[in-house]
Amino acid sequence: MRDIAVISFAQTPARRKVAELNEVEMLMPAVHTALGQVDMTIDDIGFTCSGSTDYLAGVGFSFVSTLDSVGPWPPIQESHVEMDGAWALYEAWVKLQLGELDTALVYCYSKSSPGDLPMVLTRQLDPILTGPLWPDSVSLAAVQAQAWLDAEKGTEEDMAAVAARSRRSALDNPNAQLAWDRSVEDHLADGYHIAPLRKGDCPPITDGAAAIVLAAGDVARDKVERPAWIRGIDHRIEPIHLGLRDLTVSASTRIAASKAGVADGPVDVAELHAPFSHQELILREALDLGDDVSVNPSGGALAANVMMAAGLIRIGEVANRITAGEANRGVAHATSGPCLQQNLVTVLEGDA
Amino acid sequence: MPEISLPDSLKDVEPVKSVRTPAQLDYEFTAGDATTRFLRGITQKKIIGQRATADSRVYVPPRGADPELGQATPIEVEVAQVGTVTSFCVVNLQFYGSVMEIPYVSALILLDGADLSIMHLIQEVPADEVHIGMRVEAVWRDDADIEPTLESIKWFKPNGEPDDTSVRIPGEDHGTGLGSWVGGVAPTEALVRNPRTGEGGTSK
Repeated sequence: MRDIAVISFAQTPARRKVAELNEVEMLMPAVHTALGQVDMTIDDIGFTCSGSTDYLAGVGFSFVSTLDSVGPWPPIQESHVEMDGAWALYEAWVKLQLGELDTALVYCYSKSSPGDLPMVLTRQLDPILTGPLWPDSVSLAAVQAQAWLDAEKGTEEDMAAVAARSRRSALDNPNAQLAWDRSVEDHLADGYHIAPLRKGDCPPITDGAAAIVLAAGDVARDKVERPAWIRGIDHRIEPIHLGLRDLTVSASTRIAASKAGVADGPVDVAELHAPFSHQELILREALDLGDDVSVNPSGGALAANVMMAAGLIRIGEVANRITAGEANRGVAHATSGPCLQQNLVTVLEGDA
Repeated sequence: MPEISLPDSLKDVEPVKSVRTPAQLDYEFTAGDATTRFLRGITQKKIIGQRATADSRVYVPPRGADPELGQATPIEVEVAQVGTVTSFCVVNLQFYGSVMEIPYVSALILLDGADLSIMHLIQEVPADEVHIGMRVEAVWRDDADIEPTLESIKWFKPNGEPDDTSVRIPGEDHGTGLGSWVGGVAPTEALVRNPRTGEGGTSK
């Protein structure tokens, strides 16, 4: 395996609604900052890969116009995934593994604000049996949470503790959208939003963008003092039919974690893409993380949930902590689909 | 086809051969900064392009970023309301949502002073007389009906000027297309100058 590292990460501040900018205007600061931080331009990049989906803003082929953000003329080597940017990063990592290119730019973005997000997300369900019922994404998460509680995997107090800690951690994250210091008791005093979920158990709706620069070997060492090396990366998907899955565990995360080598060393920090509070606890179990691991110091998806970018942001948050010397080895997780259907796990590490 | 065996309970049930699952999603679209500034110009009956730097290309309509430089386009440049047909299509089919009487002409029009063609209608001339190089001018709605939409220009019509015989197709000066290999050399290397680095290309 070739040594490939995250050498730069940038994100726009998460906001409920970015109405005054179109998508490419919202995205440009993230792309320009990610390149500028390592003194690079698009002419230094071998491969560009983006993640987004037209369903969120309701604009067809929007990824074509957002490509203008990088300056794609004369033609560049470029690809797009209708996925979170974490999967775009996976494609870029594979491309760099081929050995022909040394650098890649990965970016992703979404504006969820133009549409009704929980309804838009029903369109990712199977179109024959589940999609026509229009089950919104929060209700599906509530089904999962109830199954998790019924299986006595944890309690509503455990969920509330995740919600409270995430928003408290977000106080240190200038890009977070929801950040406050509120006790578990306060959280539990709220009524149900969609039982057993309280509003605090649910993520915000967020507009934003993020970008990462990857570099191989010596290029990475030249650009930054402490590259965040990708030591393992793997993604797995579970059946689309919710009834075929045990919703109280995350089998795909467990397999991806094993393939990525999470257990091959100590984990200092983990950034988990868990839009709902109970999902963090499902993921902690699947990743077999100990109590000493710092989980979601950024606040995670409960503090800012940019669709198509929250997964890549997890990778960037771990990489930043490694590059800053605050952590040596970390795990970043990204999810996609309803109730943690698809999961990607990345292990990042700094030089000793 | 493999044999499909059904449980007894479904034995005499008519099989479902297809389903229709109509879907509708409503969005509140916002134009963004560049398009907002462009459409404000339209309400003044001005066509205002945008560029990133003093010598970079002028985009009409502006989409927010210069694809050569990857930069925002804050500089506004009013362009002419007269231009040249660079390509066109005679529409002979009625389609859903269309309010036009067929046949009609949809054309790419390169306005004088712009580096990107806009797509609009050509009217006030028989469809079979429209041709590349034809000079046309904008025909606006009545002042009372001007709104922040490109439809405030009803259509373009021939303005009587002689044809532009050296019609410049946008992008031509960096190659006529991605398929144009020259002497066995890929178009990017043979024809395309990189506007950011100034490297490469055989054309200006």
